[in-house]
Amino acid sequence: MSGQDRRRAQRATKEAPGAVAPANSGRRDFCGRTARLGGGLLLALTVPAFGGRPTARASAAGAPGGGAPAELNAWLKIAPDDSITVLVDRSEMGQGVYTALPMLLAEELEVDFTTIRIVAAPAGDAYVNAGNGGQITGTSNSVSDAWERLRTAGAQARTLLIAAAADKWRIAPERCRARRARIENDRGQSFSYGQLAQAAAKLKVPKDVTLKPRADYTLIGTSQRRLDTPGKVDGSAEFGLDVKLPGMLYAVIAQCPVLGGRPRSVDSRTAESMPGVRRVLGVPGGVVVVAEHFWQALKARDALEIVWDQGTNGTLDNAAIGVLLDHASANAGLVAKQAGDPGAAIKSATKSFAAVYELPMLAHATMEPLNCTADVRPDRCDLYVGTQVQQLAQASAAEAAGLPPAQVNVVTTLLGGGFGRRLEVDFIPAAVLASKALGVPVKLIWTREDDMTHDYYRPPAREEVRAALDVKGKLVAWQLHITSPSITARFDPTNKDPFDSVIEYVQNYPYAVPNFGLSYTRREIGINVGYLRSVSHAPNCFAVESSLDELAAAAAKNPLDFRLEMLAAKPRHTNVLKLAAERSGWGRARPGRHLGLAFMEGYTSVVAQVAEIAVNGGKLKVHKITCVVDCGQMVNPRIVESQVESGIVFGLSAALWGGITVDAGRVRETNFNTYRLLRANEMPEVEVVLVSSDVTPGGIGELAVGPVAPAICNALYAATGKRVRSLPLSAHGLV
Amino acid sequence: MALISVNERTIDVDAAPDTPLLWVLRDHLAMTGTKYGCGMALCGACTVHIDGTATRSCMLPLSAVAGRRVTTIEGLSADRSHAVQRAWIELDVPQCGYCQSGQIMSAAALLAVKPAPSDAEIDAAMAGNLCRCGTYPRIRKAIHRAAQLLTPGRDP
Repeated sequence: MSGQDRRRAQRATKEAPGAVAPANSGRRDFCGRTARLGGGLLLALTVPAFGGRPTARASAAGAPGGGAPAELNAWLKIAPDDSITVLVDRSEMGQGVYTALPMLLAEELEVDFTTIRIVAAPAGDAYVNAGNGGQITGTSNSVSDAWERLRTAGAQARTLLIAAAADKWRIAPERCRARRARIENDRGQSFSYGQLAQAAAKLKVPKDVTLKPRADYTLIGTSQRRLDTPGKVDGSAEFGLDVKLPGMLYAVIAQCPVLGGRPRSVDSRTAESMPGVRRVLGVPGGVVVVAEHFWQALKARDALEIVWDQGTNGTLDNAAIGVLLDHASANAGLVAKQAGDPGAAIKSATKSFAAVYELPMLAHATMEPLNCTADVRPDRCDLYVGTQVQQLAQASAAEAAGLPPAQVNVVTTLLGGGFGRRLEVDFIPAAVLASKALGVPVKLIWTREDDMTHDYYRPPAREEVRAALDVKGKLVAWQLHITSPSITARFDPTNKDPFDSVIEYVQNYPYAVPNFGLSYTRREIGINVGYLRSVSHAPNCFAVESSLDELAAAAAKNPLDFRLEMLAAKPRHTNVLKLAAERSGWGRARPGRHLGLAFMEGYTSVVAQVAEIAVNGGKLKVHKITCVVDCGQMVNPRIVESQVESGIVFGLSAALWGGITVDAGRVRETNFNTYRLLRANEMPEVEVVLVSSDVTPGGIGELAVGPVAPAICNALYAATGKRVRSLPLSAHGLV
Repeated sequence: MALISVNERTIDVDAAPDTPLLWVLRDHLAMTGTKYGCGMALCGACTVHIDGTATRSCMLPLSAVAGRRVTTIEGLSADRSHAVQRAWIELDVPQCGYCQSGQIMSAAALLAVKPAPSDAEIDAAMAGNLCRCGTYPRIRKAIHRAAQLLTPGRDP
């Protein structure tokens, strides 16, 4: 793959793909994982999805009454009783794909959206996300990836239904039209979709279909209720943790407290004699206890006597990690992007600037701890799991079960939060191995402590900015040198530095500056790091927006004007900035309050935020976040708004308290008392302004996270004249 | 064996007396609406009502529940008709939804004693329920809306 392709893949800024997502495009992350998993994955990518039988509520939305449904395409089934089922190929983790994606299809299909039934798509080629190179829910591109694909699928199905009706009536299709789940003709006759679906499914799929122009949308752009809400208010929504199969046992896993360690010896005699315990077995990286009930398994785990081989991390701590990054940063790194000659410009500048920004490791802390239910039989494996990566889950389970991937049926449950944690499949093999060993279904549950202490943490980063201003206070050079471990390298060992997820956002640096530099020094730290909501957008936005605020101060310019001057050629950018200023009362802070501004471009969307804070007795209180976004054409503004609120809360938790402390190779934070998240009583006022836009949809799930911390720190500077260059703010005694 | 009352039914449970109510509900009674989040009463995902009071079930042993009335999300209403559930649907509060059973049970317990809570009272009552998705602004609005729905004579 060319560097260009790679950059395109990493940027996750997709142009709308063709009619149907090509299965083999941009397989970046998958190639690497294939090697890791022993070669099974390519097979998984080229065989049809396994037609699994529904054995749990999670997959129970199969055939409704009135006969088998007809499959009009990979996403749509219509039954003789007119019930319509949409297979959603992205994982629902709160971001609303179970509503937004069916809306795209329904817009063209001409059906009452609220009657649609949702089923999670199985693992399969048809469901590959072209932008991510696999069946992956991530990089905020579910809607942009589906934008053409699902509207086309809806239009194709509509065209097929019309053709089937026209055949029955022996008239030209032009004399028929689709309306409210029926095909009508010009003689006043009509068939329901259910009456036509079987015949329509046998017809040749039309290649060229015309999609509605924007002016004709009746669903897209409207705030429809979420289809998944009812089940989430009465307890019936099925998350992975809720899966229950006949004869199922429960399992927990003991893992080495030191990251990367393994069991050396295990005395399980006491544990095995405890009530309900059915088996203790060693698995790669840990010891699994299987019992009749979770609580029995948990108590028995406490009774295990395990001697650990601590591996190489026994003395690792945050200070040592900091030293590793500091030392590595002396290396100039590899240049990812350069314009002009930033080095020379800084050397000869009237006013030069240098600052180092430091970002801590973070945990995902999904509310639903990791879990997986496996039902391994001699010739198949059913896997019930909240995953963001159906094909990787399939390959991982296949390897553990000793089965071809085609014999692993992945049933994606609802995800009790994903945030990137469920892009990993580390929690899957142990469940599969336990089920295989006992010959019954096994649900393996990580405790909160397991989850917190064995995460794939957001990598720490050291970000050094050098910049220069001319005599008029104009920014003439800006360069960033990032030193950090790589996530991309693990997912794709063939990737070449510096084109790594670590540089995202800054590679599209939006501000006009004649001399620009971006470089990366990769420094591994010996522990696993992973993608966390907004990935490098948040650390990089912190460095960019903090430094611009510092530079504006050095130039004695208003931080808003300073930015606007450099974004003059970009109307979407300037629009959100100006709106954010207007709505937040920029320049007119109330007495005792202080404002800070931050901007970001990402996921082909743009966002501006203003934090309104107060500082009393040296303590910070965030009173309000004003957030303006332009994410292109919105599918469901109500969900867009909730995603913006969500990103802000995520960003607040990280800015105020987020930080993982490694001590003697162990993670010190174990639960929500030590890893603090924002609570209801700490929630500032949030004002979200959505800009109506007709450009192709951009991403929204991760967008609002990044600007939160720099906006707050810029407000802190306005309040105190002191610059905070590292997070979290709790480490500075400010909260 | 222990006799407990869950959602107006008396149930005989065969579990060790130290088993937390959460796991009795989930694993023994297959009532999975009540969620496990932390096991230390820190996140509120496991909130149920014990004699009408919002209580974390993850640290409450089965032995402590004998003779008391347990209400879970499944028992709040048979048809999502509780005012809190109606308000939650109207405002589309949930995102991932995992914490929402606990949020709803805390909100319902609050409204049972404070039919028209202030923002400060909502904050105090809901501070024990974490939401990683950040549904707090909508939760607050939905509790005010539920209070409206519960007010006699108010047009729902």
